[in-house]
Amino acid sequence: MSSETPQAHGALPSRRDFVRLVGSGLVVWAVLRRPAAAQVNEAAHAITFRPKQDGDFNAYLVIGEDGHVTGFTGKIEMGQGPITSLPQMLAEDLDVAIDDVSLVMGDTDLCPFDQGTWGSQTTSAFGTVWRAAAAEARGVLLELASEKLQVPVARLSVLNGVVTDSGDSSKRVTYGELTRGQKIERRLEVKAVLKTPDQFRVIGKPLLRRDSREKVTGKAVYAGDVRLPGMLYARVLRAPAHGATLKHVDVSEAKGIEGVIVVQLPGLVAVLHELPDVADDALGKLHADFEPSPSTLDDTTIYAHLEKADVEGRVVAQGGDLDAGRAQAVRRLDQTYLGSYIAHAAMETHTALARVDGATATVWASTQNPFGAREEIAKALDLPIPSVRVITPFVGGGFGGKSFNLQAVEAALLSKATGRPVQVMWTREEEFFNDTFRPASVVKIQSGLDSAGRIAFWDYEVRFAGDRASEHLYDIPNHRTTAIGFFGGPPGIHPFAVGAWRAPGSSNNAFARESHVDQLAVLSGVDPIEFRLRQLKNPRLTRVLKAAAEHWGWQPAKGPSGRGLGVACGSDAGAYVAAIVQVEVNDGKIAVKRALWVQEMGLVINPEGAKIQMEGGITMGLGYALTEEIHFKDGAILDTNFDRYALPRFSWLPKIETVILEANDAPPNGGGEPAVILTGAVIANAFHDATGSRVFSIPMTQARVKAALAAKAGNA
Amino acid sequence: MSATVSFTLNGKPVSVRVAPDRTLLWVLRTDLGLTGPKYGCGIDECGACTVLVNHRAVHACMVDVQSVQGADVLTIEGLARGEKLHPIQEAFVAHDALQCGFCTSGMILAAYDLLRTHPNPTREQVISGMDGNLCRCGAHTRIVDAVLAAASAMGGKGPS
Repeated sequence: MSSETPQAHGALPSRRDFVRLVGSGLVVWAVLRRPAAAQVNEAAHAITFRPKQDGDFNAYLVIGEDGHVTGFTGKIEMGQGPITSLPQMLAEDLDVAIDDVSLVMGDTDLCPFDQGTWGSQTTSAFGTVWRAAAAEARGVLLELASEKLQVPVARLSVLNGVVTDSGDSSKRVTYGELTRGQKIERRLEVKAVLKTPDQFRVIGKPLLRRDSREKVTGKAVYAGDVRLPGMLYARVLRAPAHGATLKHVDVSEAKGIEGVIVVQLPGLVAVLHELPDVADDALGKLHADFEPSPSTLDDTTIYAHLEKADVEGRVVAQGGDLDAGRAQAVRRLDQTYLGSYIAHAAMETHTALARVDGATATVWASTQNPFGAREEIAKALDLPIPSVRVITPFVGGGFGGKSFNLQAVEAALLSKATGRPVQVMWTREEEFFNDTFRPASVVKIQSGLDSAGRIAFWDYEVRFAGDRASEHLYDIPNHRTTAIGFFGGPPGIHPFAVGAWRAPGSSNNAFARESHVDQLAVLSGVDPIEFRLRQLKNPRLTRVLKAAAEHWGWQPAKGPSGRGLGVACGSDAGAYVAAIVQVEVNDGKIAVKRALWVQEMGLVINPEGAKIQMEGGITMGLGYALTEEIHFKDGAILDTNFDRYALPRFSWLPKIETVILEANDAPPNGGGEPAVILTGAVIANAFHDATGSRVFSIPMTQARVKAALAAKAGNA
Repeated sequence: MSATVSFTLNGKPVSVRVAPDRTLLWVLRTDLGLTGPKYGCGIDECGACTVLVNHRAVHACMVDVQSVQGADVLTIEGLARGEKLHPIQEAFVAHDALQCGFCTSGMILAAYDLLRTHPNPTREQVISGMDGNLCRCGAHTRIVDAVLAAASAMGGKGPS
């Protein structure tokens, strides 16, 4: 593959094409004055810069002279499916065939500002603006058609881009005929009237992915697949541990290898070659001395460190009178729940190709955040932001881990230093070292049951997981939820970088809360679904939980029943989800045999895509529940590849059932993240139901399971 | 140090003048300009770099280029016949058996080898046959369905 402008996502127009498209046809600009994600995702706090040249309104879509619709979005495709659902929305609100819609994604020169693809925001927050742009465009096209056909707008109907007089079907005109030779720009300033669910023809219909053909033929272009003439492949010298600092490096032996270029910049030493494997060999010939890391923490001492870290807490939610609740409690339960550091481990490592020439830079990057990458690169190169263009080809998985863009900065700096295009593709070992891990966390819950078996009080403290989904969801009269720190820090708490991991905070909070509620159900001697339903007022959560019981064929029993059945429920990104699993335990290994997830997420654009996201969340979630854990010592990461860090494999697969409950009249909620949050809790609860033992720390590794079983045997 | 290594790549003869101990994956991705085989781990653990050597699945990150001297090497780029997708590719499309797509080349070629040796596999055989390939997005269930569907589509005769 050798191309100046790689063809990402089918038809990526060149800048000239874009000017041509904007120059004729119909352009609809849509206003998005307030970044919608900021209140949901803590990661957004780090990058809030809004480039001035984009102003307060952004081009969203163009209806070309041939009637073809091109939507421009700063969102990116990393597997989660907007490449299908976003055109589906445009097809619906414009009344065009979906085959007549294409996308340009994640190109900072062509696309409107976007603050990053994360937080399950693409459909829930951005989708409304996107649809409004389409609806506005449709309105303009109907006005044009009305003029052309001499028929009032009210009499016109549209199907597949053809406007027809409903009183005289011989009077018809296509969108292409209306826009041909025209140069119309509309700025969307009022809330457009969107179609309602009873009018949907495309939204809500299951569609297969639109990028499959490219991906099954190997034609799909990722950042590492872009080739430029004269390009070099770089390998970067890494410290052996976080906090270790470079004292001295002898580069002479590496320099002796034919064709190797060594670049030494402040904080960045790299070897480059026209072949990546030769660059790799050269890296091994750098002789470096490092000052050891001052960190003395490891993966066993980290929890005591986090428990005593003196960081001010903030109350996320509270109500009633905790002291009164404590006084009412006839049975108390105090418990601490731990969660380890885990890696994002996308199959594609962080990769970028940079071409810096003089006063401009173009960078192809695997990123969830092209505009953030542009800002980081511009700062590193000391260039004005508009002089940097970031292009995002297909991204090979992100899960929150590609929010920051160190690899793109490295590629840009090395391109500037060498005057040639430079690719940086992190090795798997670098990926594990540089990852912004899901933070290790501690959740402490104090609760009590009153004489009627209801939860009398709930005092919840989450330390460093993040406050998302930390509220308890149940009908508890006296309660307080306190968050200390957040999923990104604060700085200095963790021995290395941490950040957003799919549904940040929610998995740890759901593990703690739903384990604890299960323990209370056991204390009460009540079936775990019945116990939850008795304490639930939230109608959406009640609905998913009841539906799960029905789909499963749930037979109520108090736990532990010996059947190995577990239940959990929760909410994330506005969606509600309930899960039931059955597990088997052999030699300390937990195997999930059957898994049912029921989710209600408001209006669903592509039900097939939504189910895939649920299946993906369930499967991925098996990892953090059962095996995934970063071991470390004195700043060094000990799990550096998949031989030690075990991802879910085919042989782990349970029978997976997913059910989406229809709620088309409700606004769309997030769909990419909610399913993943329950695997820890539901498996912990099923393990208890099977054995009467409980693990209070995720992942529930073979060692921890054996320890829990031995502890119970010791008590008995 | 350099030597000429000749083999058949996606049906066409190729010769490269390279250090013979260079890794097949990087020779394919750089000297030969292919991008279908992906780097995922470099240590034989993920299968993203899977190619077929004489119809057998091989992790291209683990073998020297000289080991394919005279062999028939097939990457994902060579599997379709022109515009006509291979039945395994068709099944992956029809089942949405992918998300980010980064593992997909390796998955399809691992499935090819599995179906070559097990043209009528059970679900359990598919699961164990694909266990060396990692997918982080969690497309596993659909991949298993797609491989079983491909076996049926090929009439139990395996891939050709």
